[in-house]
Amino acid sequence: MTDRAGTPILEVPVAEGAKDQHMVLNMGPQHPATHGVLRLVLEIDGEIVVRLYPEIGYLHTGIEKTCEAKFYQQVVPLTDRVNYLDPLSNNLAYCLAVEKLLDLEIPDKAQWLRVLLAELSRLNSHLIWLGTHAMDIGALTVFLYTFREREEILRLLEAVAGQRMMTSYIRVGGLAMEPPIDFLPRVQAFIKTLPEKFDEYSNLLTGNPIFKNRLKGIGYLSAEDAIAYGVTGPPLRASGVDIDLRRDMPYSSYEKFQFKVPVLPDGDTWARYLVRLDEMRESIKIIQQALDGMPEGSVKADAPKVVLPDREKMKTQMEALIHHFKIVTEGFNVPAGEVYQGIECGHGQIGFYVVSDGTAKPWRVHMRYPSFATLQALETMCKGGMLADVVAVIGSIDIVLGEIDR
Amino acid sequence: MSESIKKTLSSKLEVLEAMPNHPAVQALQRWNSEAWVDARFDRGEMTLTVAPESILEAAAAVQAAGYNFFEDMTAVDWFPSSPRFQLSYHILSHKLLERIRLRVLLEETDPAVESITSIWPAANFFEREVFDLFGIRFEGHPNLRRIMMPEDWQGHPLRKDYPVEGYR
Repeated sequence: MTDRAGTPILEVPVAEGAKDQHMVLNMGPQHPATHGVLRLVLEIDGEIVVRLYPEIGYLHTGIEKTCEAKFYQQVVPLTDRVNYLDPLSNNLAYCLAVEKLLDLEIPDKAQWLRVLLAELSRLNSHLIWLGTHAMDIGALTVFLYTFREREEILRLLEAVAGQRMMTSYIRVGGLAMEPPIDFLPRVQAFIKTLPEKFDEYSNLLTGNPIFKNRLKGIGYLSAEDAIAYGVTGPPLRASGVDIDLRRDMPYSSYEKFQFKVPVLPDGDTWARYLVRLDEMRESIKIIQQALDGMPEGSVKADAPKVVLPDREKMKTQMEALIHHFKIVTEGFNVPAGEVYQGIECGHGQIGFYVVSDGTAKPWRVHMRYPSFATLQALETMCKGGMLADVVAVIGSIDIVLGEIDR
Repeated sequence: MSESIKKTLSSKLEVLEAMPNHPAVQALQRWNSEAWVDARFDRGEMTLTVAPESILEAAAAVQAAGYNFFEDMTAVDWFPSSPRFQLSYHILSHKLLERIRLRVLLEETDPAVESITSIWPAANFFEREVFDLFGIRFEGHPNLRRIMMPEDWQGHPLRKDYPVEGYR
């Protein structure tokens, strides 16, 4: 069979030796447990999954193509929309890549605030994962609890960026503006309440025999398979591979922070749950260190041709007005070259591959998002298991379809 | 290597001279010093250009040298220059905590290259994406179908001669 262009198209390949009693079951794209518009084609033998085939692309919006038509600074808002649960990590990865191309020096304060915000964003992502994962299993209460805390994080993000979800707060060359005066005390007050809240979740879930029985021993992924399929982040560390880019290839002054990287050897859904819970506690420690040691100074790099001037200066100084006008209307030229910047977000490793041809618009922006690779390991995790466990496994790898389809 | 990070090395000769002990350079040199055609060290990133027909062997060579984790793969369309397409493979080493970029240049007519899914199954979706959006074929790929666009879509949207707003 061929399509109109003459390229052969294949049907969803049928496993060799498929037996008559096997049933093909379609799950999604509209299904509450697929966390978006993921379609799974499952071949089942009774209740046992024989084969699983993920079908994606329902949310494809061509963000990478759109980037090529925008100025470098205009790409930042697009990155928010890729993984809308962890917006600041996306901003950060993109800005670090462009700053590497520009060879910009970022002031300490901006770097520390970036760390603080990236960790808040990670907490946001993990809280949603915890709520929805527990809800998939049937523990509805936790969902309400985690969304209560998430609401606080969104209010903090609103305080700095004026936006709850699509923050675009991290910009090329630093941050959009100084955070409000009461921002750091508010973060401090918020993270003080968190350990108690995490204990609450633990009481509801970790000690809950039904939850434990649903998760323990299912969705096994070995370390070799995890590496072979490109799995990153908490699922990789739950399979016993001790790698975290924040510690191992530090960016944005993560090397100045002390934190543990939780690793568990079990490789099952339960291990992935425990790793993320521990990670949330480590995030609090990082935020605390960022608050304690917050350096003084500016939040923008000293690069008038790249960074927009303050409104005050723009209205009083001719030079600043000219720079403002030039950046807004013509963008800024970025030296030719190609860079890849990898960072660790809530789901795993984000990578931004930015190619510049020396003009004000990127020649190519490619986004490597963790869920895209992790999804390939889903079949290995679900094969031979029960159909009902597929939902638990999808919850445990914490995918966001926005970042898979881009 | 920290002292050379600021420096740009723009040819294979310079890289061989300045960084002969780089594990990936050594691995490729041992494997086949003819088949890797160019190298570039820029902004702390190592780019190694490999002849299109030998990407599978080159991938195996760097994997054996400790670059165990396939991180990313994508294409760049340099239209209207020639060679038109560039494939960039980003490979990370968990042990050396270092990343290299393998680069392959392809001509415009019938661009095709061997699939590396036999070495890293993770490349499966990434190669499908490049096939879908750039129209580059991967020989030996287990399931080379469109992944983002509908199956009856015409054209390859990430090519530079495909308009941003699409055809109307």
